[in-house]
Amino acid sequence: MTDISANPPAGMPAAKSSLLVQNDRTRKRNAAEKRFEIYGMMALGFGVLALVVLLTSILGNGLSAFQQTFLVLNVELAEDRLDKTGTRDLEEIKKVSTFGYAPLINAALEQKMATLGIAIDGMDAKDAGDIVSKEAAAQLRDFVLANPDLIGTTQEFRVLANGRIDGYFKDRVTMDSAEIDSNVSVEQLQLADALKEAGALTTGFNWSFITAPDASDQRPEAAGLGVAILGSLYMMMIVLVLALPIGVAASIYLEEFAPKNRWTDLIEVNISNLAAVPSIVFGILGLAIFINFAGLPQSAPIVGGLVLTLMTLPTIIIATRASLKSVPPSIRDAALGVGASKMQAVFHHVLPLAAPGILTGTIIGLAQALGETAPLLLIGMVAFVKEFPDAPPEGFFDPASALPVQVFNWTQRSDPAFVERASGAIIVLLVFLIAMNTIAVILRRRFERRW
Amino acid sequence: MPLIWLFAILFALAAVGYVLGRQRAVASSGGDIRRLHSLPNYYGMNVSIAVLVPGLLVLFAWLLVQPMVIENRISAQLPAETVAEATDRTLLMSDVRRLAQGLETAISVGAMSGDEMRGLTTDAGGIRAALAAVGVALGSDVEPQVLAAAQSYLALTRTGNWVRNIVVILLAAAGFLWSMRQTTLTFRARNTVERAILVLLIAAASIAILTTAGIVFSLLFESINFFGQYPISEFFFSTTWSPNFRGNSDLGILPLLWGTLYISFIALIVAVPVGLFAAIYLSEYAGPKVRGVAKPLIEVLAGIPTIVYGLFALITVGPLLRDYFAQPLGLGTSGSSVMTAGLVMGIMLIPFVSSLSDDIINAVPQSMRDGSFGLGATRSETIRQVVIPAALPGIVGAILLAASRAIGETMIVVLGAGAAARLDLNPFEAMTTVTVKIVSQLTGDTDFAAPETLVAFALGLTLFVITLGLNVIALVIVRKYREQYE
Repeated sequence: MTDISANPPAGMPAAKSSLLVQNDRTRKRNAAEKRFEIYGMMALGFGVLALVVLLTSILGNGLSAFQQTFLVLNVELAEDRLDKTGTRDLEEIKKVSTFGYAPLINAALEQKMATLGIAIDGMDAKDAGDIVSKEAAAQLRDFVLANPDLIGTTQEFRVLANGRIDGYFKDRVTMDSAEIDSNVSVEQLQLADALKEAGALTTGFNWSFITAPDASDQRPEAAGLGVAILGSLYMMMIVLVLALPIGVAASIYLEEFAPKNRWTDLIEVNISNLAAVPSIVFGILGLAIFINFAGLPQSAPIVGGLVLTLMTLPTIIIATRASLKSVPPSIRDAALGVGASKMQAVFHHVLPLAAPGILTGTIIGLAQALGETAPLLLIGMVAFVKEFPDAPPEGFFDPASALPVQVFNWTQRSDPAFVERASGAIIVLLVFLIAMNTIAVILRRRFERRW
Repeated sequence: MPLIWLFAILFALAAVGYVLGRQRAVASSGGDIRRLHSLPNYYGMNVSIAVLVPGLLVLFAWLLVQPMVIENRISAQLPAETVAEATDRTLLMSDVRRLAQGLETAISVGAMSGDEMRGLTTDAGGIRAALAAVGVALGSDVEPQVLAAAQSYLALTRTGNWVRNIVVILLAAAGFLWSMRQTTLTFRARNTVERAILVLLIAAASIAILTTAGIVFSLLFESINFFGQYPISEFFFSTTWSPNFRGNSDLGILPLLWGTLYISFIALIVAVPVGLFAAIYLSEYAGPKVRGVAKPLIEVLAGIPTIVYGLFALITVGPLLRDYFAQPLGLGTSGSSVMTAGLVMGIMLIPFVSSLSDDIINAVPQSMRDGSFGLGATRSETIRQVVIPAALPGIVGAILLAASRAIGETMIVVLGAGAAARLDLNPFEAMTTVTVKIVSQLTGDTDFAAPETLVAFALGLTLFVITLGLNVIALVIVRKYREQYE
């Protein structure tokens, strides 16, 4: 410290500020600085919180869809009801509709209650039988038609419990709500409790949720994702087969061969615009061109696949061009230098080096296509489809559903059990998406080369 | 012969051609391939291309044109009085088509022969029963004129298919022979093959243009159809939307546009500040660790399909807003509302805004920040007074892109916003959007002659024009801004 700074010249006011003590203005500025940082943290926190709430809400609602309540019954396949002629003629047996099987189930349940010593006051056999899903009769009928020899014997069946009974064990239905619900009674819930205690009613992993086809409005317990998963798989196959070669070919042209002219500019502008066109407009395109004009069938995976291909192309083209661009020019120059043609340089050297990036982009594009819903609604994929489509290529033209559309379909139904189903379907969808994105990330980490 | 066999034959011929062409080239060089102009594989490929390309081109063109030609001929053949009875030519044609398909199935499963089909008459009766036996259900009894039309339809289709198969195979064979003759020592096979591949590449790149053209034409064509039946001024300026499938509908777009813009506005009010601040925090404040964790987490939001957000709005956000805000405040009793859809859509747009602004903020040169720090500004002052103004055009572009995304979003509003078209200010009221109405008018049973269905195309065109306009403006702004620093 010098004298000059220690003693200000006479006539000037002594400085009140010091570097060591903050004055008001600095305090204010520092507080503003702090506040600004906190706003940023809050914004980030809001985003992450939204993600967490979203996922917990879906998981909380949907995980129970993978559990299902079953009832084990010994059903006597009475000959006098199922095959009155006694000839085991399949045509004769087919004449018995599912309504003919319901009494067998009711009888089996009654017998089960008797052996277990369960009696509920004020409840007849039909009411008791209603705790079994209506799907059980269809299940029995399919079994009998597959094994007509077993008519007359008693078989053990694992049948689905009614959706409300299932909901009772998942806390969706309570004794209080049952009192005002016309679809289930308090007595039925008491019966279910008693059966559960006796071990006849069990809860287990619900494979049929993943493998079974959709079921009607009244049987949420039987609804599954089989057709939807298969339909989505078919569409992804079509998208992969069409979008990958077309996208790669387009990118190679634009990146390696295209002269700078009007046509090329037009293509570039179109690609960037297509990436931003609302997905529903692609649905209108599919409806007008592929269904109304070209006459392809509604609800078919081929139409869905074509529409999704057009939607995925920009994603694949953008990713492919980026990875072609990242291959250094020295590779091309070396190939040209030893006498390769331009085409040979691209196909023999540049393309293999860009392949990991292209694959990553393709998988991400496929993941986007897998979750796309709106365009599929317009081409008729919301229809109720219970039949599995055939094997490809004919199956591409059969009606099918798709995973996200199935979710939408289930949200439109009145039974609250379908909310659980829809959330469960979302979990399946998210598992697929996570798997695809993980593969993409691994591919990128494993094979990407930095030049 | 099914189509798949035709493809199989073409590809088999191409494969054989490849092997033979290659052999011929090697043979013509006398075993010393150095004397050939190109590598032997190119000669093989040349033959394959000559087999496949003309055959496939003709096949696809034929597949497109044949149904149209046949439809026209049959439609012209139908007697006028039958058409008058059926009220509509297109309905009658669909009957004819269905019957022809039924007969086709019957023949293919072997229930009747081709000659039996030609000999069918309606008074013999039992056509319905015969077709029902093979699994084809007909709605009503078959009229003789329809049967005659269906029979000639089927006959024409079958002849057409035969001619097609023969033409395609002949073309492929001709290509095969011609290219085999070409295969000599001096033939410049590589150049030919590379030229063909280049044409294929150009064709693939042009699909983007074709798609845009398809979108524009399908929207325009049906919209013009619609405006032929419904006055254009009513559509754009009427304030009521009440479609009625018996006719006499009010199809004013204003309530739908209002709902769309209101929901998008709320979404942007959520997404823009949150996204922008998150981007600023990530790029200017956060250390590498926080950035490494938080950035992917935010980007996960972008990878979640919109149907998931829709379900989230329907089962979580909607009831929450209704029970804790709307009902206690007396503003409404509906779970689906503008607020629900807007809030959830805002969450969806956060990663969109934040990753775009992140890029733009990072593109601001470091020297500008250093200059500001050197003058004694704090970090927040630098951001507010230097970085943001410099990045402003880009950020505006990002917001416009987000707005176009919000306007075109479908699943969230279908599940979260409701279906009632109204002009209202209350954000807890259910309203509807352009996209919701496109979905509701085009799903289920649709009649492509009624204005109630066709209006969806006009709505789609409006949507397309709005989003395209926003995108173009955004791209122009972003591009202009980028040029400043390059």
